[in-house]
Amino acid sequence: MSPATREVYRDTLLPLLARRPELMCLDSDTGLFGAAHAEAAGEQYLNLGIAEQNLMGIAAGMAASGRVPFVNTMAAFATSRALEAIKIDIAYNRLPVRVMATHGGLAAGHLGPTHQALEDLAVMRVLPGMTVLVPADGAATAAFVEQSLDVPGPLYVRLGRKATPALPDGPPPVIGKAQTLREGGEVLLVGCGPYPVLACLAAGEELACHGIESTVLNMHTLRPFDTGTLLAAAARADLVVTVEEHWRGGGLGGAVAETLAEHAPVRVLRLGVPDTFVDRVGNQEDLVEHYDLTAERTVSAVRTALDTTARSRATNRKEHLA
Amino acid sequence: MTAAPLLEREAPPALQEAAARIRAHVVDMCAGPEGGHLGGGLSCADILAALYFSVLRVDPARPDDPERDRFLLSKGHAALALYATLAERGFLPVGELAQFGRPGSRLMGHPVRAVPGVELPTGSLGHGLPLGCGFALAARYAGRSSRSFVLLGDGELQEGSVWEAAIAAATLRLDRLVAIVDCNGLQLTGATGDIAPMEPLADRWRSFGWAVREVEGHAPALLADQLAAAPWEPGRPSVLIARTVKGNGVPFLAGRAAGHYVTLSPRNHARAAGALRASEARR
Repeated sequence: MSPATREVYRDTLLPLLARRPELMCLDSDTGLFGAAHAEAAGEQYLNLGIAEQNLMGIAAGMAASGRVPFVNTMAAFATSRALEAIKIDIAYNRLPVRVMATHGGLAAGHLGPTHQALEDLAVMRVLPGMTVLVPADGAATAAFVEQSLDVPGPLYVRLGRKATPALPDGPPPVIGKAQTLREGGEVLLVGCGPYPVLACLAAGEELACHGIESTVLNMHTLRPFDTGTLLAAAARADLVVTVEEHWRGGGLGGAVAETLAEHAPVRVLRLGVPDTFVDRVGNQEDLVEHYDLTAERTVSAVRTALDTTARSRATNRKEHLA
Repeated sequence: MTAAPLLEREAPPALQEAAARIRAHVVDMCAGPEGGHLGGGLSCADILAALYFSVLRVDPARPDDPERDRFLLSKGHAALALYATLAERGFLPVGELAQFGRPGSRLMGHPVRAVPGVELPTGSLGHGLPLGCGFALAARYAGRSSRSFVLLGDGELQEGSVWEAAIAAATLRLDRLVAIVDCNGLQLTGATGDIAPMEPLADRWRSFGWAVREVEGHAPALLADQLAAAPWEPGRPSVLIARTVKGNGVPFLAGRAAGHYVTLSPRNHARAAGALRASEARR
């Protein structure tokens, strides 16, 4: 298993605070920093209470005065409740605030729609100058926290809640650079976040057994979007499938579809949470399964689509010959 | 609460004159093609004059000096009054004010950082006090003695984020943070007291842990005295409740919600400017 990304963030930040006096950690009573963590962070850690708009405003004011604040809240509260403060106070001013948003996607599990965030990527990636990251494991989280020190503007990092299955080794995670985890063939699978990336990888294996070769991209950075890697991979593909823990509109699938529509039209299937609020109790794995963000669903979507494409090509050929 | 000095103190001529020029600019800017927020601009003109001509440690030659005091116009719709004040204080040419709201100008309808002296953009209400807390906190961490001032409207106090920040400022003991409420009693469609009564306002702030004073909001010298003396109580942020008149100085709009946003016709521009001149002459 990979440790929970939120805990990796915390444990990566603590030694950085000691090295970099300009860094701050501003919390909104998330509980991520226990007494020992708070003590280790010393004056650079402040729990500002349950007030997310104020949290973002204070972070912006401090950033405008030369500090670099990491702010802790849940993705749901960051990107809907405090959205205006992120937009006006932080993004508009291009201030180096790092919004560290836990419980992203379905990670809140049984806590329900009030705590799930299935719109955060759509909302964050339209803000000018915002860097939007979805690390799929602890290693990527640690790398992004370190690399964030070189990003001049604001950052949104979608984190999880609990430990997630480990990813196989891949190229080192670099902000802004999609990771190619499997290469070749007529199908391109694109995922972000732990379960979707794992689903893409397992689907790639399964498809290979059916003689269908695929490329798998871990598109952990939604902004700035790695258009080059996507286009290069899509150029070889007849079909692109995106998988994400997000409503189907506006997130990873939206970004991929927009990009390909402009540059290299190819059929795009977007797998995500359907147009509904979650209405069942379940942990993250249960909900991922329930909403079919799985290898099985990805494989069946690919096979159905390829069959359809083949049939329509055959029909076209017949019509042409007639 | 420590009572404000009761005796009206004669403002130094420079302060009075600055306030008069700011008012005149506000009226002129509202005669431009887009009009402007005349009522709230005029209600805070004396407060801005007191801040920029007496209280704030700011220098137009060094607008980025890290030791400077910070000011945020949280009631960002009074941008025209802030621009007028910054121009009179030397941050931008006075002649530029005629460009307010015109295409190609940097003088947007709400404050923007492109205008020298504007710290951060505002306009959506309820943002200034959290930002001010951030400024005050950063100054404390940096060991600076600078103060942070935030000017709020009384209608703006209906935004919940104001009170989130009020809690934080008191908890963090940000005594170099000073809020000023431009308490003109009116908002866009009517009286604040009818729409969302906040009185007794001083008690409200006090119950949040702030040091509170009230003052006549069109007496620049009194305003300056109070603001210069903050923090009034060690360990507590300060809030000055300035009792003002919306549209102050323009009799046909003063104290009327209709004066909130006005595009002055040439005739009404002349009437308003004439009324301002007459009232200055009476001083």
